Amino acid sequence: MKVFHMIVDVDRCLHCGGCVGSCPVNAIFLNDFILEFSDRCNRCGRCVKLCPVQALSLEAGA
Amino acid sequence: MRTIECDVVVVGAGPGGSMAAKYCAQGGLDTVMIEKKHEIGAPLRCAEGVSKKWLAEVGIEPDPVWIRADMVGAVIKSPSGYAFKLDESKAGSEVGYVLERHLFDKALARDAVKAGARIMMRTYCTDVIREAGKLVGIRAKSMGEPMEIRAKCIVAADGFESQVGRWAGIDTKLALNDLCSCLQYRMVNCDADMEYCEFIIGRSVAPGGYLWIFPKGGGIANVGIGIMGTMAKSGEAKTYLDKFISDDPRFKKSQAVETVGGFVSTCPGLDCAVDDNIILVGDAARIIDPITGGGICHACRTGMYAGQVLTECAKKGDFSKGALMPYEKMWRDRMEDKLYRNWMAKERLAELDDETIDELVRLISTSDIKEVNVYNLLKVIKEKFPKVVEGFEDLI
Ligand SMILES: Cc1cc2nc3c(=O)[nH]c(=O)nc-3n(C[C@H](O)[C@H](O)[C@H](O)COP(=O)(O)OP(=O)(O)OC[C@H]3O[C@@H](n4cnc5c(N)ncnc54)[C@H](O)[C@@H]3O)c2cc1C
Repeated sequence: MKVFHMIVDVDRCLHCGGCVGSCPVNAIFLNDFILEFSDRCNRCGRCVKLCPVQALSLEAGA
Repeated sequence: MRTIECDVVVVGAGPGGSMAAKYCAQGGLDTVMIEKKHEIGAPLRCAEGVSKKWLAEVGIEPDPVWIRADMVGAVIKSPSGYAFKLDESKAGSEVGYVLERHLFDKALARDAVKAGARIMMRTYCTDVIREAGKLVGIRAKSMGEPMEIRAKCIVAADGFESQVGRWAGIDTKLALNDLCSCLQYRMVNCDADMEYCEFIIGRSVAPGGYLWIFPKGGGIANVGIGIMGTMAKSGEAKTYLDKFISDDPRFKKSQAVETVGGFVSTCPGLDCAVDDNIILVGDAARIIDPITGGGICHACRTGMYAGQVLTECAKKGDFSKGALMPYEKMWRDRMEDKLYRNWMAKERLAELDDETIDELVRLISTSDIKEVNVYNLLKVIKEKFPKVVEGFEDLI
């Protein structure tokens, strides 16, 4: 898996797994402390919208 | 590659997983439970409030080790401060507990071990294994080492993340209105008079969800918020929660010592929580109260049912979907009506503006409810505010 045009602010992320369970294409994986995005990610932005602490953003222009 | 063979592999050591593992092991099944984290029950993703009634139903003996506080009562508040307060004198002893969840989860895991289950920590499932179309186990990484765990049946108890089910082809996708984004602080040095569990509802406080204060005694309280997915914006759970805390004089001298993130699903459960050689329990099956977001008891119940059904399946050596269907019947018979009713009510309540919520809470406060639970509240709403429950009044 590679980080795919998603930016994770590791200083904000609480590793709660909320984005994992709400991803409509199951493209996010949380190995305890590290969020990984697979290339299934279609940039729908749902995880960005839902993150309680604004730890996720979409890479501009990617 | 290392390979382990067993009868049942349970993914996730939350309450759902531990209960399933316990009842499987008790039934004589060779049971392996894996947990990706390095500590069961931590980090916390819970407000730790439970009612008392269901514990006996699932064979859990209340233990002071994991009971942090007895709830004195409950208060429901509207945005402009109308409050409906219910205390123990009125509610009897059936109010509830505030748990020490990390100890509760460990106690359930211990019970699973006592029954004979094995636990592998720091072991995360990365996929399921299919051979000739049939699920035969899972792939995992244990302390970094790739491995396979082969089993006759998989119990997916991986919580809200719920990936095992999806890898196995079960649709656990949630609509945006059927999930809540949550944030909670453990506040210390709060106003010492805080004894009641508080639920504050209304769009301006917690859009589509609610804000909670669950006191744990000694000036400590879990203060958190859930916001409905459709109404959420990035980082807003934090913005709303921070504002509430800074405006409330009871937290003037308090500070947070723990930050908890987490989501809850608020749908009425999966269409079907079993398939050939796999069974989903607890949050993984989306079986959680859609109004309160309370899911500990649901996870314990479904975990127990799964273990009981798998024990029966093992006698015939049949773990097909058909053989697992009794599980489906058990959880539906016990919970489906209530889940469905609360799901409908959640949808309706989320539509109401602050003024209507004010009116609603004011009306409820003039009623004589004996015990705070969603059912009793809905009964009052049905009587005094029938419009809110239009379309599902038969379920109340
Ligand atoms: C903020 C918040 C507040 C809540 N407050 C309450 C409350 O007051 N009362 C109440 O009753 N309920 C509450 N809930 C809900 C409650 O926490 C859940 O319903 C309950 O924990 C469900 O238990 P479970 O065993 O299904 O899942 P979980 O307890 O989530 O356990 C799942 C386990 O699986 C592990 N896991 C996940 N993926 C993998 C993998 N790939 N491999 C290995 N292991 C994995 C996780 O690390 C975790 O330990 C709250 C939830 C949140 C988010």
